[in-house]
Amino acid sequence: MSTTSALGGVVRRREDPALIQGKGLFVDDVNLHGMLHVAFVRSPFAHAKITSVDTAAAQAMRGVRAVYTADDVRHLGLLPAQAAAVGRPLLADGEVNHMGEAVAMIVAETRAQAQDAVDAVEADYDRLPVVIDLKEALANTNLVHEGVESNTLITWTAPFGMEEDGLNELRAKIDGYKAQDDVVVVSLEMVNQRLIPVAIEPRSVVAEWHAGYQQMTVHSSSQSIGAVASSVAIMLGIPYNQVRGIAPEVGGGFGAKLALYADELLIPWAARELDTPVKYTETRREAASNTIQGRGWLGTATITGTRDGQVLSYEIDAICDLGAYCQDLTVAIPFLGVFVGSGQYAFDTRMQLDCVVTNKQTTDAYRGAGRPEAIYYIERIMDAYSREIGMDPAEVKMKNFIPSESFPGATSPVGFAMDTGDYAMNLQAMLDSPEYGAMKLARDELRSDGKLVGLGMSTYVEACGFGPSALVDLGFSWSGYGQPSAFNGSGLVRVNPDGTANVIIGTGPSGQGHQTTWAQIVSNELGIEMDKIRVTHGDTKDAPVTIGTFGSRSAAVDGSATFEASRKVREKAARIAADLLEASEADIQFADGGAHVAGSPDKRVEWAAIAEVAYQPHRMPGGEEGGLEAHAIFSPGNATWPFGSVACLVTVDPDTGDVSIEDWVSMDDCGNVINPMIVDGQIHGGIAQGVGQALFEEAIYDDEGNLLTAGLIDYPMVTAVDVPSFNLSRTTTPTDVNPMGVKGIGEAGTIGAAQTLVNAVVDALAPLGVKHVDMPMRPRRVWQAIQDAKASA
Amino acid sequence: MFPREFEYVAPSSLDEALGTLASNPGAKVMSGGMSLIPMMKLRLFSPELVVDIARIGGLDGIEDRGDHIAIGALVRHETTAASPLVQQHAAALASAAAWTGDRQVRARGTTCGALAHADIAADQPAAALALGATMVAASSGGTRDIAAADFFVDTLTSALEPNEILTEVRIPKSSGSAYDKLGRRGGHTDYAVAGAAAAVTMSDGTVSSAGVALTGVGTKPTIAAGSVEAIVGTDGSAEAIAGAVARATEGVTVLEDLYGSAEYKAHLAGVYVGRALEQAIAATG
Repeated sequence: MSTTSALGGVVRRREDPALIQGKGLFVDDVNLHGMLHVAFVRSPFAHAKITSVDTAAAQAMRGVRAVYTADDVRHLGLLPAQAAAVGRPLLADGEVNHMGEAVAMIVAETRAQAQDAVDAVEADYDRLPVVIDLKEALANTNLVHEGVESNTLITWTAPFGMEEDGLNELRAKIDGYKAQDDVVVVSLEMVNQRLIPVAIEPRSVVAEWHAGYQQMTVHSSSQSIGAVASSVAIMLGIPYNQVRGIAPEVGGGFGAKLALYADELLIPWAARELDTPVKYTETRREAASNTIQGRGWLGTATITGTRDGQVLSYEIDAICDLGAYCQDLTVAIPFLGVFVGSGQYAFDTRMQLDCVVTNKQTTDAYRGAGRPEAIYYIERIMDAYSREIGMDPAEVKMKNFIPSESFPGATSPVGFAMDTGDYAMNLQAMLDSPEYGAMKLARDELRSDGKLVGLGMSTYVEACGFGPSALVDLGFSWSGYGQPSAFNGSGLVRVNPDGTANVIIGTGPSGQGHQTTWAQIVSNELGIEMDKIRVTHGDTKDAPVTIGTFGSRSAAVDGSATFEASRKVREKAARIAADLLEASEADIQFADGGAHVAGSPDKRVEWAAIAEVAYQPHRMPGGEEGGLEAHAIFSPGNATWPFGSVACLVTVDPDTGDVSIEDWVSMDDCGNVINPMIVDGQIHGGIAQGVGQALFEEAIYDDEGNLLTAGLIDYPMVTAVDVPSFNLSRTTTPTDVNPMGVKGIGEAGTIGAAQTLVNAVVDALAPLGVKHVDMPMRPRRVWQAIQDAKASA
Repeated sequence: MFPREFEYVAPSSLDEALGTLASNPGAKVMSGGMSLIPMMKLRLFSPELVVDIARIGGLDGIEDRGDHIAIGALVRHETTAASPLVQQHAAALASAAAWTGDRQVRARGTTCGALAHADIAADQPAAALALGATMVAASSGGTRDIAAADFFVDTLTSALEPNEILTEVRIPKSSGSAYDKLGRRGGHTDYAVAGAAAAVTMSDGTVSSAGVALTGVGTKPTIAAGSVEAIVGTDGSAEAIAGAVARATEGVTVLEDLYGSAEYKAHLAGVYVGRALEQAIAATG
């Protein structure tokens, strides 16, 4: 087991001193002369006709400069959304479809004045029947959108690409398995509940229109500032190169700052209308109710297998909650679940995901985005099956994994080609680890003390590192850039005349540590010291075109582009150094801030000396072009497929249902590692968010569609005190789809976590007869499960 | 999340503060602001005038007054929690303060502020009730004492008049008190789903007096009168405690919320009455 590669050094995050001292620059820190402030009038109802909106009193209030309604912005069109989707009007147009939908927009001199004017807008509504329950949504008992005939906008099926005839044959084949003698069919209906992604920084937009130059600058707390800038260009009719998008520090995103929001168009539009800078920063309540939410599946998972642990088939039929409207990726999120729907296993798999609209806030990407949901179902039902036949879940997994000989290039039962993997090796590494051994001993000790104790396990596989750009052909599109493309990575590396380097990238961090990681990539390749490398991100004025930070793709895709750009610079620098040192180009090596001849460390030139030649082109060897910079575009041939094994130990208080996590072991495999400390940090945060889903968090809507958890008082977000110290280890199976062999680690922790915890709680309660506990496993639900089991015993 | 317009004053003396309150019926007292400010930002509450008492001297002490300890209006939760005096003589309150809010809230919010706020799921009111605390309310007309049992009137409503400041809470010394709860994120985190405080005095192996109080289960922090009646006069054995547990919600209207059904909360009330009594009785030994 190795945790190192050529790039595997622990380097402290360079961005942290500014961030932890409160000296980082965020969008809300941008204050421009004369800047106006926005507040939105929001619907109190989940579904209603708007009969009138009277803005006169608000218009007349002190400091109010404008009040806009749908009439003012209808000509801008709907928010971009994919085919089959229902797009969102920028301001509600005749009808509201979820609580909190923006009905009018106030622009005032101060934020407080804008908020005061909100209370003065008189809007009248005629309420309509609401669609909240997913089964009712699927049954079309009531329709969310007039003129859209079914609440089901799209149904994803798997195996991917299989037509109805093929699916029917597969159904018949699986029915055949079920009819065999001596097979076990284990089936559970389970909820993977809606969550509210909570970023420490709420979303914020500041726009400035430079009328004299007809140029727009838009600052946004976005994971994809390039797409924001290009969407502003398209929808406001400004050439792309006249729009500058800036995402300074982004204080957490988790997918929720990825898709384009109406305010990201409305604020620039108002800035141009009023020829004055305009700012909008959402409140914490708006962040809960109006930034996208995640998950929201209700599904039945079924395993058919033999009594000795050979699984014959897996089926999942789920309803996926899209919410009221679709943003860019809304309908694609469940499809990401299809990618990993059969997990790491080789057995027949059939999936049907009915994606329905409801009168709730839109769902979209939330850390893992479709993959935690899909892995949750298969790993929960595999655990239930193992329990049913009385076999160790690890043993059942080993019997059913896609064999290591199938890699690289194994095709999963749902029809996707995977890069590299060795699932049995990884699981065995966890089983053999001293931490796991200690956990088993602790379980036995606690159990003999009479404690209600459980050990749960899950393995996972993830698809991430998107591209390839051919994803466009599978139905993924990207509204930005005016074309469904840009599914690639890019990076620009420039060595300056003084030997320092600038690295300019289009993907940016919302906590992932790009400042450090990218400097490591370039330093490793060029031998320039870390502190002489400046990494610039989040400004479309300079950045090469790319699509942003999501799907654990930055290092694997944009990092690979930067790696290749560095290599181009190195090759050119080697030619210059060879000329200066009168050596062969092949013998030039780079380290410690300069180039030297292999085997002769004192035959050496500094980077500044190489750059001096590059910027005096008449001195360039062989008449080569001057300058010392390179740009690279990287389009991977496939997604990457990280995987891993996770186990945890819990105790349950039988009197209260309170679950305590006693210990945690993760054995992740994300290929080569650039910075182990940053990878560990990503796993820490990822697990914590999975624990939050498993134990506490849930976006709760009542029967009328009111969000009851629209604030951190009522939404118990997971914190550091709720998780144990994690025991993290790794195996290393490099990918073959990018030059650094890195797979991505941003979401793996989350994808592996929630079902591990549920499996552990079920293990603890199984002696009482409990077969499943739905998430979130708040104490009252666990207590109720114990009571119900006692009652039926 | 922006309050309506309001005036703000920060008087430097108690007399000045009381005078301001007397002449401004729409005024609201603020000490740490950890409850008031969020309510104002959500526009659930919009006072015309906020009287910040943080700059008034002499209100930030914890004093040993012989048979009781006195905690001033500006004593922070973290100070209450870490005070050896409170830990020794009012352990229930020390635990309740330690489990209030998060670290930031404990560094800023005050014990008296939490009592005056009278949240249905707050920790320290239950401890004050069980310990038989006395609230000292000052106004420009003088001071009056209010027994804890009379102080918590209803949801977010205390017996304080709008012109009064809770300048001090007096806690009778107890060698046997404890507080325990189930927090919203499990353990002792966050507001109480349900919690209970108990304070007992043992004389010759018999529980001679006791206070038992609940939080999180009803419309206000409340005395568990049935449990008190059940435990007093017993030997404090497990069997006696079980008797008190069985009567935990006697006369208490248990309400459901996002964190529990009424049935579950009533059950928890019993669980925590049992745990608090057990710890309190053990502490007297």
